[in-house]
Amino acid sequence: MSDKEVLLTIRDLRIEGRADEEWLEIVKGVDLTLHKGEVLGLIGESGAGKSTIGLAAMGFARDGCRISGGTIDFDGIDLRSASEAKRRGLRGKRIAYVAQSAAASFNPAHKLIDQYSEAPVQHGVMSRGEANNDAVELYGKMQLPNPDEIGFRYPHQVSGGQLQRAMTAMAMACRPDLIIFDEPTTALDVTTQIEVLSAIRDIVEQFDTAAIYITHDLAVVAQMADKIKVLLKGEEVEEADTRTMLNAPTQDYTKSLWAVRSHARPEQPPIEAGTTPVVSVKGVTAGYGTLDVLKNINFDIHARRTVAVVGESGSGKSTTARVITGLLPPREGEIQFNGQTLPADYRNRTKDQLRQAQMIYQMADTALNPKQKLRELIGRPAQMYLGLNGKALEERVRNLLDLIELEPDDYIDRLPSELSGGQKQRIGIARALAAEPQFIICDEVTSALDQLVAEGILKLLDKLQAEFDLAYMFITHDLATVKSIADEVVVMKEGVVVEQGPKSEMFQPPHDPYTELLLSSVPEMDPDWLDKLLEERAAGGAGAAVEGAGN
Amino acid sequence: MSHILTMIAQRLALGLVTLFVVSLIIFLGTELLPGDFAQEILGQSATPETVAALREQLGLNDPMHIRYLGWLTDIVQGDFGESLANGQSVAGLIGGRLVRTLQLASYAAAIAVPLSLVLGILAALFRNSFFDRFANASALSSISFPEFFVAYILIFLLAGANGAFPSTAINISRGDPNFTEYLHVAFLPALTLTLVVTAHMMRMTRAAIINLLSSPYIEMARLKGMSPMRIIVKHALPNALAPIINVVALNLAYLITGVVVVEVVFVYPGLGQLMVDSVAARDMPVVQGVALIFAGAYVLLNLTADVLATLSNPRLVHRR
Repeated sequence: MSDKEVLLTIRDLRIEGRADEEWLEIVKGVDLTLHKGEVLGLIGESGAGKSTIGLAAMGFARDGCRISGGTIDFDGIDLRSASEAKRRGLRGKRIAYVAQSAAASFNPAHKLIDQYSEAPVQHGVMSRGEANNDAVELYGKMQLPNPDEIGFRYPHQVSGGQLQRAMTAMAMACRPDLIIFDEPTTALDVTTQIEVLSAIRDIVEQFDTAAIYITHDLAVVAQMADKIKVLLKGEEVEEADTRTMLNAPTQDYTKSLWAVRSHARPEQPPIEAGTTPVVSVKGVTAGYGTLDVLKNINFDIHARRTVAVVGESGSGKSTTARVITGLLPPREGEIQFNGQTLPADYRNRTKDQLRQAQMIYQMADTALNPKQKLRELIGRPAQMYLGLNGKALEERVRNLLDLIELEPDDYIDRLPSELSGGQKQRIGIARALAAEPQFIICDEVTSALDQLVAEGILKLLDKLQAEFDLAYMFITHDLATVKSIADEVVVMKEGVVVEQGPKSEMFQPPHDPYTELLLSSVPEMDPDWLDKLLEERAAGGAGAAVEGAGN
Repeated sequence: MSHILTMIAQRLALGLVTLFVVSLIIFLGTELLPGDFAQEILGQSATPETVAALREQLGLNDPMHIRYLGWLTDIVQGDFGESLANGQSVAGLIGGRLVRTLQLASYAAAIAVPLSLVLGILAALFRNSFFDRFANASALSSISFPEFFVAYILIFLLAGANGAFPSTAINISRGDPNFTEYLHVAFLPALTLTLVVTAHMMRMTRAAIINLLSSPYIEMARLKGMSPMRIIVKHALPNALAPIINVVALNLAYLITGVVVVEVVFVYPGLGQLMVDSVAARDMPVVQGVALIFAGAYVLLNLTADVLATLSNPRLVHRR
């Protein structure tokens, strides 16, 4: 690699962000060298400064941020001292950007092809007609369906995975020397992710484009990057080429990242025949309007057991949770609780029935009232369901804070805004526990969290389950989480249960073809994993039969 | 496109329902007024017999719902009745005035709408600059003054002995001016109205655009190296159209229905003046007719705004 010409040199980069009228350093002296045609992976947890550094490579700082020190040299041009007009001339033309959420980053008011040709036309690289022809060609290269026609759609008419590929094509429009990929597959389902990853890799190789690939997913970066730089809180931890980094990380932090997926729940003894399940979903068919989202769903959840409900977006996982909690009365079938049928509508359920089933949400940020202190947030369900007041209530709240491993004296009077993401999710757990339920629905509770933090939450959930004999329904799309926490797995696709059974059986062949596709799509740390998988699928194995399900 | 047509049909039907409710309110409102119309028309000196005869002639002795239904049936057929004051047909009285009001409203709108859009876009582009503050401050001060005050200031500055424009539009009712004469004579009323409505539309344009500037697709446009002007006009404005269209429609409705003061100051022969005169003269058929026209203008403009706002959103026009 290093025999090629140097394209981008960043030295001692410092970036400040403003918080409450104060400038704080969020990137603290990072060096970076990128050669032509080279792909650098930037990884780290949220707050590590990955995106900020990626944008700085374009000479760009978000509102509320400023580049305060260091040099950024792109192909002999000093981006910090260059005029704004000169930087504008580079952006989109020689350095392009692919954003995390293509759905939000495409302008909803314009057709895809118009947004494609905007950069080439405005930068004077091509005429509009040439750009349109070029778009069709690149859409084809990105393996988009109907490349001739898809550009004439508006963003809302195209699926998430297709949009992400269209955005990569758009970044390629001026054949830039460098592309910044900012978590381009994080918002996608695993099966869709594979298609986008392989399309991105092909096109980057084909045009010999250099790239900075930003992600928090180690397995993904292992497929994409020639070398990897690990960041922590705005500082570099270490940098090495991909294989060295995966096989022999030198720093403790890197090793801890590599070891993250180690948590595994001990195998539980089999359930005795004849035990009444805590929750039993019986023949449920439900939907919105005339559309059936769920079709004849059946599964049981027993005390001290975790049932993971797995599937891609749109498979009906969350709708199942809505039926169980009574938010969406089913058209057919029923929900039983300890053997007794629950009223279909939550308004007809007794307070005690409501108390027994609680929920924890994906976005702790939006699920907690920002104006209430933890005392009220956790105390409210205890007061409402258990009738606790005054000293007893305070005692209970402190008790719960102890359980979720937050020091009561320190935290009881805090607001949610004074907590980190992981702590907020712990509050969500405490709030669910406050009602003393037998059953908790965890809806993607760890997907918004960094791996180390998510690990802590999973361990806490395990501990609480053992202590209070809880039954969990764990909704997730992440199979690694399933491996570490579930006792039983229910795989859903398009509103139907395609496979269900104990975890040990689930992760052993033979699989249902769809389960096979899901399992084989989870990226592995092996840098050759994607190549092998694509070869295997081309040969007709590893879930090839249902290829494209995630489109 | 068929769902757009369905939507328009639905809105039209709803508009008719609104008009029906408004007609009911107008009728009941005039019923609630104290006093006796026949007595009012004939004056204090009228004998009880003549008053009774007139009541009979006007149908005032019929029960309320009969009179309402009669009035409504006539209106549906285009017959607004006759003026109590002079016996002329209300439709004829309103017709000429309505044309004049619409002329003045279009004149003012033709200046105000482009002006406020351009100022709003520029204010968003140069936000927090001197230009932005200046445009905001002057627009705000012009709506903070009462309309008649703005009108008199303009007369003081632009009319009078050395002024280029006439201080009254009374000539319009005397003769039938041609287009250029009209533009000259009606310039000051139109300018007053422009000053009154510009601030609202300009500030909404600015706010709607700035509101979108933190969107990911705006950041994307910046990262594609687009110029600030292009980002505002091509990327932010198309997505900001719905609120802007609604505010424009609201102000256009005001130009038709809220111009009483300006018409009086400039002696402009529009609907507002007719309304004021008729209320003073207790000429109820005319008051009711004008009120219905005003309601109709509101309904129609808001309908248009809804349809345009829908058409400006590709998600609603091009379904998946």
